[in-house]
Amino acid sequence: MTATGPLLHMEGISKVFPGVRALEEASLAVGRGQVHAVMGQNGAGKSTLIKILTGAYRRDAGTVTLDGQPVDFHSPQQAQAGGVSTIYQEVNLVAFRSVAENIFLGREPRRLGLIDRRRMHAEARELLERLGVHVDVARPLGALNVALQQMVAIARAISFESKLVVMDEPTSSLDEAEVATLFDVIRQLKAAGVSVIFVSHRLDEVYGICDRVTIMRDGRTVDDRALADVSRLELVARMLGKELAEVRRSGATGFTDATHHAEQRLLEARGLRGAGRRLEHADVQIRAGEIVGLAGLLGSGRTELARAIFGADPVEAGELEVDGRPVRFGSPADAIKAGIGLAPEDRKSEGIVPEMSLRENLTLALLPAISRYGIVDRRRQQEVVDRFIERLDIKTTGPDQKIRELSGGNQQKVLLARWLCLDPRLLLLDEPTRGIDVGAKGEIQALINELADSGLGVLMISSELEELIEGSDRVVVLRDGRTVAELPHEAVSEDAIMEAMAEGPAGDGEEQGGDGQG
Amino acid sequence: MARAEGTAGVGQLRGARLWPGDLHDLGQTYGAAAALLLLILYNAVFTDRFLTTDSVYVNLTQVAPIVIVAMGMTLVIATGGIDLSVGSLMAIAGALAPLIFQQDLPFAVALAFVLPVLATGGFGLFNGVLVTRFGFQPIIATLVLFIAGRGIAQVVTNGELQPFRNPAFQYIGLGRVLGVPFQVLLMLAVFAVVAWAVRTTRFGRQVLAIGGNEAAARLAGVPVNRVKLAVYGISGLLAGIAGLIVIAINSSSDANQVGLNVELAAIAAVAVGGTPLTGGRATVVGTLIGALILQLLRFTLLSHGVPDAVALVVQAVIIVAAVFLQRQRQT
Amino acid sequence: MATAPAPARSPARARLASLLQGQGALVALALLVLFGALRYDNFLSAYNVTSFLANNAKFGLIALGMTFVIMTGGIDLSVGAVAALASVVAAMVSEAGLVAGIAVPVLVGVVIGLVNGVLVAWGRLQPFIVTLAMLLAARGLALTVAGNQSVAVDFESGFTALGTTTLLTLAAPIWIFAVAYLLGVLVLGRTPFSRHVLAIGDNEETARLMGLRVERVKLLVYALSGALAGMAGVLLAAQYGAGQPAEGVGWELTAIAAVVVGGTLLTGGLGSVAGTLWGVLLLGLIFNVLNFENGRGVISLSPYWQSIVLGAFLLVVVLLQNRLAARPT
Repeated sequence: MTATGPLLHMEGISKVFPGVRALEEASLAVGRGQVHAVMGQNGAGKSTLIKILTGAYRRDAGTVTLDGQPVDFHSPQQAQAGGVSTIYQEVNLVAFRSVAENIFLGREPRRLGLIDRRRMHAEARELLERLGVHVDVARPLGALNVALQQMVAIARAISFESKLVVMDEPTSSLDEAEVATLFDVIRQLKAAGVSVIFVSHRLDEVYGICDRVTIMRDGRTVDDRALADVSRLELVARMLGKELAEVRRSGATGFTDATHHAEQRLLEARGLRGAGRRLEHADVQIRAGEIVGLAGLLGSGRTELARAIFGADPVEAGELEVDGRPVRFGSPADAIKAGIGLAPEDRKSEGIVPEMSLRENLTLALLPAISRYGIVDRRRQQEVVDRFIERLDIKTTGPDQKIRELSGGNQQKVLLARWLCLDPRLLLLDEPTRGIDVGAKGEIQALINELADSGLGVLMISSELEELIEGSDRVVVLRDGRTVAELPHEAVSEDAIMEAMAEGPAGDGEEQGGDGQG
Repeated sequence: MARAEGTAGVGQLRGARLWPGDLHDLGQTYGAAAALLLLILYNAVFTDRFLTTDSVYVNLTQVAPIVIVAMGMTLVIATGGIDLSVGSLMAIAGALAPLIFQQDLPFAVALAFVLPVLATGGFGLFNGVLVTRFGFQPIIATLVLFIAGRGIAQVVTNGELQPFRNPAFQYIGLGRVLGVPFQVLLMLAVFAVVAWAVRTTRFGRQVLAIGGNEAAARLAGVPVNRVKLAVYGISGLLAGIAGLIVIAINSSSDANQVGLNVELAAIAAVAVGGTPLTGGRATVVGTLIGALILQLLRFTLLSHGVPDAVALVVQAVIIVAAVFLQRQRQT
Repeated sequence: MATAPAPARSPARARLASLLQGQGALVALALLVLFGALRYDNFLSAYNVTSFLANNAKFGLIALGMTFVIMTGGIDLSVGAVAALASVVAAMVSEAGLVAGIAVPVLVGVVIGLVNGVLVAWGRLQPFIVTLAMLLAARGLALTVAGNQSVAVDFESGFTALGTTTLLTLAAPIWIFAVAYLLGVLVLGRTPFSRHVLAIGDNEETARLMGLRVERVKLLVYALSGALAGMAGVLLAAQYGAGQPAEGVGWELTAIAAVVVGGTLLTGGLGSVAGTLWGVLLLGLIFNVLNFENGRGVISLSPYWQSIVLGAFLLVVVLLQNRLAARPT
């Protein structure tokens, strides 16, 4: 059996979800022993394409050929059995089970029908050591910090004898050393003839380890080239669908480069520590009219900081001041009264009430204000909704459409409107453009810009560097729950942010390794 | 805006206007309504004297306490919870009332209405406190009173049957207004109020938001704990009222029997009616229809000589079928 | 969303809490036994101990099945009614001998469990409502098959030996109780199956993505629950000499209470068979102690107080469990 032709060939893949066309004749071809990048903005369809490959979704049309054979994986288990291993962006492991159990779940080493715990632990330890990880494999997975959990997920994926390993944003929680280790592993796989699909939006990494790149935009495949043949700027331009010259000129996001005129200090947080271990000692100030970017690796405490400020999580230590006066928010309702809003990271689990309409979702926080004697004033409600549908250009069949039918971008607009209709003074935005198509993304970025121009203070958490660089007036960097750097506008650059995220301020001396909690 | 006016039919709420979004909910209940209609038609044709007022009133009377309890249950389930204690709370109310109106107090009868209901409302709040402040899962929290509540009623009455005769008190169970049994009117009133509240009040919308996505509701400033406390309290209150009706009808209070299996019946009514047990959506009309379906089903089977035990099996099949069909329509 | 699997409380803490809870139940049990031994004569008598264990064997079996179901994040409300049905079937089949008298009712339990499992796993219906409906159906079947009355067992066929035979002075039900739990602990501790059960309860979506056959595992736990309920019914019939179609009311709820008291998380993902055992014994012992207390004549608690005590006990235990879980380790 000669190995000719690409290992993987996906052709003409289409997939439609209610209300949105996720993929339109998309394609992907991965050579043997190659590391192949898949890039595209959020909402371009990369995730959907990968999920079809790995059996999590079923395609509506198209063919998938693996190693010369047509395949149609109905389930992740089938994909695994067919030789395709996956490392997901969210660590898809079970928290209560031990590290070793997670690595071997579904194919536990056995002796006489019972689990051979000693062998399982030994093999798990060995696998992790190859990745430079030393942990007690008997501990529950959830006790480790996020980066280590991701390494366990990687260990699991590579322990199957796969032909193809799919990595979906695998470095989102890893520091520089761990990324280097991962790249070593990828090179080992390559040498052994295993192909790797590397989904990422980190240009440095893509250029560092990948051979070819497939670029996706709006559900289609727009390019498939060797990385040596395309410059970074060109790559970005292709992802955005803009002309190269335009990207050079006006940047990659909907933000303009101009700074905002920041005025009085709205909020100051000093030494905040939250329940649990993710927020240790964080500081941040936000002034009216400015956009403060909050950067950090996965698990660095950004979301926890926003939630602590908002009163969504209890604060164990530290001070919080609004307008110079100390405050203590016991619940989000208190923060809302003080004119603060929080748009959470995960729309699905914390943002939208899926069964309710757009109208109800939009006015959820406004209910007390539009109710008289406990009865909702429908007319006022309708008026507010109509106003914001127009202002934010929300695409919907009508205010009574169920919010779960809207696209990600439109859902996010509704969630932003939830706060805007309260006329807030400060907005905490956690990954405001995540999972949104390119068009809406630009719109939302422009909106945030507008809001800051009109005097709102904004704290913007983002893992997309261009967004932080182009959008923020200042960037605060968190690492392990602490503020490690505050970059003024002039000092903000991709390198500066990444360095601060990975290593912290110079001479920190803190060793990252081992597991987080006692 | 809501005016008391006749009986409520499908899609028609007392005085409240229909909004476009409501039509979807109605779509859910069309299936159930159709099933109910079929049952009614069948009985009209094949059961003797079904369409007489007597027979209609008998059915409505039997189902009234269950509907009242199921209204509260709908609210609790809409927040994603459950209340297993309602049957025991009915027993408690039923045990307390005779003790009060048999005293030589001024307004004894009025107190015999108010105090037991307040007591069960208080027990309901107790459930709510366990859920909101002490982190109990609703099933466990209400399990406590499910177990202990009946015991409390039994201890209070020493497990003995307490027969009584008090026409003033028993009006709630035996009285009639223009020929219509009082508890049927009470049932319809409770139904209307709950349906209206769910649809038009801030409280009602917050209940649904909590069940739909509690984390999102909390982040949006909804007073989650207060609302949850309220629904459990309301459930307790309504259980108390139902308990009073039952003992009034029977002219006796038997702590061992009052409210037995009512929690199951109420939950079944809610499920058959189309409210998902996971919360986030509530069709109060559906619950009413669900309760009527199950009641009529039993009635139909019994009138045609089917043993009660077999009726149980049929009920089970109907419940599963209803829930299954709802799932199909959802996905 | 780029976050790691973070359960409501950190897993290390939850594990510790669960451990403490399970052990806490053991400690409470030991204390109660000590209390009884010191306070009442004959508390530790062979008669009391063996009859206590023999009577609680059926609840123990049901709670064991419930433990596995709850570990997958599900629930089985039908077990009491299934036990009743099984007892009736056992009585009716008893004339064919002991083996048939055991095999057939257990098989009936398995079949019912399979129906539950299919509806939950493939029908994707909520376990609560499915098993609630099954509770009604099994009860109806039991009453119908039995003709609304208890069905006497055949005393000639050797079936009643199940209730009376002793091995090393311990009656058969006690052995069955013990063996079942020993197997349960073994299965939970050492088999891949148990790891899968727990993973599914932990996070079903993730378990599926990791390649586990979620439906099959769920089917098995419901079938197991049904089988154990069937066996409990067999013991019921053997011990009482008759199949009782109206028995078993509320058994599922006390089983749930025992499971929760023993440290298994109601939401699934973490569990303890040993903990359930302590929970079953503890709950049963409360009644035993109350009986002794009544026997002393000083206080006379009507049997109705038992439910109040039981309810209060459940309240206190879960309160403590939640407190423990909330405190940082």
